[in-house]
Amino acid sequence: MIKIQNLEKKYGDIQAVSGISFDVAPGEVLGFLGPNGAGKTTTMRMITGYVQPSGGSVSVMGIDVAQAPQQAQKIMGYLPEGAPLYGEMTVAAFLGFVGRVRGLRGAQLKQRMEQVVAQVSLQHVMQQPIETLSKGFKRRVGLAQALIHDPQVLILDEPTDGLDPNQKHEVRKLIQNLSKDKIVVISTHILEEVDALCSRVVIISKGRIVANSTPTELATQSRFHKAIFLRFSQAYEALPSLEALPEVGDVEQVDDASYLLFAAPDKAPLHAVNQLIHSRNWDVEELHIERGRLDDVFRRLTMEAA
Amino acid sequence: MNGVGIVFKRELLSYVSTSLAYLFTVIFLVLSGIFTFYLGHFFERGQADLEAFFNYIPWLFVVLVPALTMRLWAEERSTGTIELLLTLPVPPFVWVLGKFMAAWVYLAGALALTTPFWFTVNYLGDPDNGAILAGYIGSWFMAGGFLALGSMFSAATKNQVIAFILTLVVCFLLVASGFPMVQDFFSAWAPNGVLDLVADLSFFRHFEAISRGVIDLRDVLYFGSIIVLGVWATAHLVKRTASN
Repeated sequence: MIKIQNLEKKYGDIQAVSGISFDVAPGEVLGFLGPNGAGKTTTMRMITGYVQPSGGSVSVMGIDVAQAPQQAQKIMGYLPEGAPLYGEMTVAAFLGFVGRVRGLRGAQLKQRMEQVVAQVSLQHVMQQPIETLSKGFKRRVGLAQALIHDPQVLILDEPTDGLDPNQKHEVRKLIQNLSKDKIVVISTHILEEVDALCSRVVIISKGRIVANSTPTELATQSRFHKAIFLRFSQAYEALPSLEALPEVGDVEQVDDASYLLFAAPDKAPLHAVNQLIHSRNWDVEELHIERGRLDDVFRRLTMEAA
Repeated sequence: MNGVGIVFKRELLSYVSTSLAYLFTVIFLVLSGIFTFYLGHFFERGQADLEAFFNYIPWLFVVLVPALTMRLWAEERSTGTIELLLTLPVPPFVWVLGKFMAAWVYLAGALALTTPFWFTVNYLGDPDNGAILAGYIGSWFMAGGFLALGSMFSAATKNQVIAFILTLVVCFLLVASGFPMVQDFFSAWAPNGVLDLVADLSFFRHFEAISRGVIDLRDVLYFGSIIVLGVWATAHLVKRTASN
């Protein structure tokens, strides 16, 4: 369990994080979202004991980070923003170094190294200096060092930032496959990632929490929630009759033959739309109901706070 | 203290795996040769000792040690690896000590490579080997003092050039404070007590005392306390960087 209470950080006159509180339970993958400069990295640095809070507290598995940073750091794995690494070291030497600092020795170290190397597919670059690796490999080395001691708590600051779509997919798969009783906190500003990975989302803006719920719940706050996307095989004069339906609020014409129908408050317009299509004998190529768009909610929540 | 050993090993290996150490060693050996044989008139002196070498070594360190220490912490800060270090379950002091020890041992190695000078004087004559050994020990302690100060300045800034210049200037002043040019500046107006204090602060004074073959506890204590102070201050600066 991570418990964050009234966490605050001031840099001089600048309030980077102003009193945020949330909990993360084992088994949860928490997506920590916010625009750049919202305080995500600062918060993660306070959780991992790198930055001292100006107020409030963080406890990880019952250990207060400010009181006993080393004890808390033992059970955490951390990928700092940008995955800083020692470029002149080989991957094997670097992972060995982190493993030894984390108290692994001999056969145990060897076994853990083999495991994480397989997990993030680093087998073929073990003897290469880190500085010669591509960005994707470097990020994987960063992940491997965070995983080497099989930590209960993983804090990953933008683990997929700067990766290509294939690499992003791999990293996400890796996070999904981590043991189910771990606590994972990932910061990101990629919303599809949240959908793909996270069981819960905390959105912060200007150092404050503006949302804390599941991705599905969050999506329902979207203007697109329950909206119907409709595409005909040809351009009909459909707009007036669609707009006339009482269950439909706004209608947006996407192109000649496609429309986006927003539900009127507390209405589910699918049935009515269906009937209309049948009565007019319109040929439909595509019809789906949107569950809501996270980017829309994200924008609204973080713009409101601004 | 297990951690110190691991950090020490990593740092020492990083000296060997980057060209920095080789470059540094070569420059150190070439310069010490030039100082000893040309400026120090090693042969012309006609004496079987290493004074020609030890007289110049403080000046050599003034220039070379800051070049070695500037990256110690400034580089960790500018590349962000300091975040990695300080979120591993090891207190900052362990990192500071491990890095310092690695640099100090590395300098011991560089000094050891100058021992052909020592063999040479033994071949040419009958030197006071005790005094030479003391000279080496003194050099090493002095190097430790420079290192500790350099490590401190490196932790105080992100910028390696600033770290280099600050260390160079402070080390230069500390060496020069025993010399007439600095003493004359103070003797015009300062009371004798201040004059003695300034002279006592000089690396050169204490180094000279040791390299004459007398390992006085006060001189060892002088370098020892500079090392302890420097390492302690570095640890604090590193911790402060982290919290900000």
